[in-house]
Amino acid sequence: MLITCPYCGPRDVSEFAYQGDGNRTRPDPASTDPEAWNAYVYDRLNPAGLHNEIWQHAGGCRAHLAVVRDTLTHEISSVRFAREHGAPAHGRRKPGAKA
Amino acid sequence: MSPRRTPSGGRIDRLRTIRFIFDGTAYTGHQGDTLASALLANGVSLFGRSFKYHRPRGVLTAGVDEPNALVTVLRGEVREPNIPATMVEIHDGLTAVSQNRFPSLAYDVSAINQLGGKFISAGFYYKTFMGPLIGPLKGTRFWMLCEKIIRRAAGLGRAGHAPDPSRYERMNAFCDVLVVGSGPAGLAAALEAAQSGARVILAELDPCFGGSANWSGEKIDGEPAATWASDVVGELKAHGNVRLLKRTTVWGYYDGNTLAAIERVGDHKDAPARGAPRHRHWTIRAKSVVLATGAFERPLVFPGNDRPGVMMASAAMRYANQYGVLPGEKIAVLANNDSAYRAAVALAKAGARIVAIADLRPDVSAACRKLATEAGAELLTGHAVIGTEGGKKLSGVKLAPFSAASGVSKGNARDIGADCLVVSGGWSPTIHLASQAGARPLWSDDLQAFLPPEAGKGWIGAGAFNGTFSTAEAISEGFAAGRKAAGQPALETTTLPDVEPAPLDPNPAPVFEIKAKGKAFVDFQHDVTADDVRLAHLEGFVSVEHLKRYTTLGMATDQGKGSNVPGLAIMAEALGKPIPEVGTTRFRPPYAPVSVGALAAERFGDLKPDRLTPMHDWHLENGATMYSAGLWFRPMIYGGPGETIEQAYVREAGATRETAGIVDVSTLGKIAVQGPDAAEFLDRVYSNVFSTLPVGKARYGLMLREDGLVFDDGTTWRLGEHDFLMTTTTANAGKVMQHLEYFLDVVWPDLKVHLTSVTDQWAGAAIGGPRAREILASCVTGTRVDNEALPFMGIVHGEIAGAPVMICRLSFSGEMAFEVYSGAGHGTHVWEALIEAGKPFGMVPYGLEALGTMRIEKGHVTGAEIDGRTSARDLHLGWMLSKKKPFIGSAMMDREGLSASGRLELVGLISLDNRPLSGGAHIVEEVDTANPHGSLGHITAACFSPALGKYIALALVSGGKARHGKRAHVSDPLRNRFGPVEIVSHHFFDPEGKRMHG
Repeated sequence: MLITCPYCGPRDVSEFAYQGDGNRTRPDPASTDPEAWNAYVYDRLNPAGLHNEIWQHAGGCRAHLAVVRDTLTHEISSVRFAREHGAPAHGRRKPGAKA
Repeated sequence: MSPRRTPSGGRIDRLRTIRFIFDGTAYTGHQGDTLASALLANGVSLFGRSFKYHRPRGVLTAGVDEPNALVTVLRGEVREPNIPATMVEIHDGLTAVSQNRFPSLAYDVSAINQLGGKFISAGFYYKTFMGPLIGPLKGTRFWMLCEKIIRRAAGLGRAGHAPDPSRYERMNAFCDVLVVGSGPAGLAAALEAAQSGARVILAELDPCFGGSANWSGEKIDGEPAATWASDVVGELKAHGNVRLLKRTTVWGYYDGNTLAAIERVGDHKDAPARGAPRHRHWTIRAKSVVLATGAFERPLVFPGNDRPGVMMASAAMRYANQYGVLPGEKIAVLANNDSAYRAAVALAKAGARIVAIADLRPDVSAACRKLATEAGAELLTGHAVIGTEGGKKLSGVKLAPFSAASGVSKGNARDIGADCLVVSGGWSPTIHLASQAGARPLWSDDLQAFLPPEAGKGWIGAGAFNGTFSTAEAISEGFAAGRKAAGQPALETTTLPDVEPAPLDPNPAPVFEIKAKGKAFVDFQHDVTADDVRLAHLEGFVSVEHLKRYTTLGMATDQGKGSNVPGLAIMAEALGKPIPEVGTTRFRPPYAPVSVGALAAERFGDLKPDRLTPMHDWHLENGATMYSAGLWFRPMIYGGPGETIEQAYVREAGATRETAGIVDVSTLGKIAVQGPDAAEFLDRVYSNVFSTLPVGKARYGLMLREDGLVFDDGTTWRLGEHDFLMTTTTANAGKVMQHLEYFLDVVWPDLKVHLTSVTDQWAGAAIGGPRAREILASCVTGTRVDNEALPFMGIVHGEIAGAPVMICRLSFSGEMAFEVYSGAGHGTHVWEALIEAGKPFGMVPYGLEALGTMRIEKGHVTGAEIDGRTSARDLHLGWMLSKKKPFIGSAMMDREGLSASGRLELVGLISLDNRPLSGGAHIVEEVDTANPHGSLGHITAACFSPALGKYIALALVSGGKARHGKRAHVSDPLRNRFGPVEIVSHHFFDPEGKRMHG
């Protein structure tokens, strides 16, 4: 599997560290709404198909990347800097929603 | 001249004679021979014994699909078992032995299994060797006892014990077009792609390019096909953008058009070339793949079909045409399709007598009749072989009339003398790689075979792989595939090369099995018979996947290359379903066995890097026993002669509290946190406040995870308004860095902060003890180190022995202590200067054990207590949770479960029986050695405290503080340690911190 880092170019997946579900939204830091925090900390989407993911180019520029990957084929259809494009490329989903 | 070597012909170099040894006997062959062809040329017909029944077996094929003729190749002390003799190129000094026989191949005692063969059916061992329901050998225990004996009797080659001295290597390659297979279709594809400018890799598993062109005997555009092939290879070589890989098996097709291949670089040589590896593993990333992997000829299932002398028709033709070897002198033919007629003609031309052609079809075409005549053979249409004669080699075959509808009619059976029977049961395209890539095969009723679907996303097929068995059409498909793979538009018209002779009808009769009395093998390598498949059906197995696992059909090293489709066909008949409804199993990598050495390549032995501090050599020279902490090596003790570990750390810790000690703390994680928002960032990631920290001061900080549990701790120093140096625990340095980077990049991209890991840039020495300040004052220049200039948690810059240093007054040992940081390159220099300055005071270097002892005495937490389950309050660090600001973990840390009573809290323990305590031991209220239960918690760290003169420990105990002053017991059944302890505060020593504040 190759991930095309927007900074370093196409690199082998072994250079990257998976940093989890990219659909999560961190609640307002001042909020203590247990539902929202519980969803953020513990709920993960696990779709069969397109998935928004965060990967870090740990063995390269160390940038975090917003990646859209098809979990059935490992095909990667979009890679962008998470810093600039925190919002997932194919629309954010509600935590707990069916894929 | 060898008995079976033809006087001329073949693509071997008859001027080069090669000597080799098989089963202790010396033989000769020629350059270009395989072990199989050379042994056949020497008249050898017996190659091995079968897996289960120890039946004599010969060579069935001429290629990678060989199920029978498996040998062990010996290289010095190294044994490589289960190599098909058809894939071993002979070279001077080659030594190989046959397998699964005792005492010798010709006289094998276990061959008696053949007599009991009726009973050794599918699942025999599992059914028979079930243990009794009760007793010492109940259930699987009995099976496990028998298994060892069975494994010895049933099996293939034996692996050796000697380490493999060969070198292996890995390569990565990138190309536009990878062509797998170099038969006419593959060569055409590679040439067309190369001419369009694409970067091409052509991989061929055989030692020479050309595939069937080397033995088909056909003419392409007037030239022998082999000449045409070598001309194309010559053209390819002239292209700068082509890499030709022979002896290279592409064995895996993975996601993203990544393919794995193994190149056998040195196996065919007496000694490897200088610097050359034995095998080379290729990871090839191809934009597009052309699969021109050809097809395998299928055996027919009939009684005695495994007798040495029975061979695939195409293999016999290949031995005659490519190797100049006749597999027999009197050859009979059994076929359900036209292709075997070509083989008959080729064998006749090479000098064999074709005694009969039995064709399962009621009638055959005029073209076939003409070829039969040309071969001088008696043609028996509507006939089948119903048995074979002979012991260790074929002496004759039994023929009888046959029709697909009514089977064998035994009335008119006749015997024909023959020393070789060549068989063709149709062809199965080699669709393994496409199947690995996810393609679902489609059944073709015409070809009676599974074909690949339309080209996949990253690949395109050509030739026999597609079921296109005519050479002219295969070449045409190859050109088209090469163009398409290289991204070129298709040509409107293609001129087919002129190929002679004209193609035969590729469609076989739909017959896979001839039912008659006797063992008829489907999977030769695992000794699975047609009756085993039917038995599996009778016992209720309906899924092809279960059939495979129960009978082990197709699970041998040949992975069912020849047996898969006949096995399915027999199962389908038993189920009364058409073959496509029974389905096929999905092929998985590897396509053919791969050496583990090549997969590992240079990655063997200890793969972890060693992280050494700048003062590492000094520690070794001064008697340190080193201890591995993650990747780091740290001094455990600096033991004197005859000193035990406990004596050494007690001495070191005692001396430190008495005068002074020094410890290497270079391994602490260090992160430079810089930028205008650095203070704000630290406020968010630490539970306590850092924005109020003045420049030139340090503060102890605590980090939580998002879920509210403790993550890490350390001190962070404010070196400038926008410049902080964060330290982390040694073990968590990488994790903390990633954690911070995640938040900065993903959650707070608006913060202007830059993080740099500087762990390796700084060398650190912590010097502590009542005399530490005096020692420092005696060697530091450029700054004062008194209480006024350097208060607790203060930072100063100065020099030691000419090297710039940064000194922070902070304490882990609980003593008046200072951390002296210098550039890593100055580490040893500064360290030695400190050691020298400490000498008049009696300062000692101390290791991790003494460090641990002093931190236990002080009740400081480390990774043993920050175990991912403890909250800040559990560790009595609640005072560090700021109420003035949100921080990572603040929203979750007050959850019900995290503030419930009865949580495990940090306490101290004092051993009341004056015996050592150990980590992991449980704490209970009352000891019951017979029935240990009722754990209140566990010990996290233990030591002998020189300051208290007692064995003490830190523990996480339910109720915590409420139990201070109470008695409890340690319960450690594993180490048989039980005894009374007193629960006390974790602050054993100097709870007010008078010593460190000075």
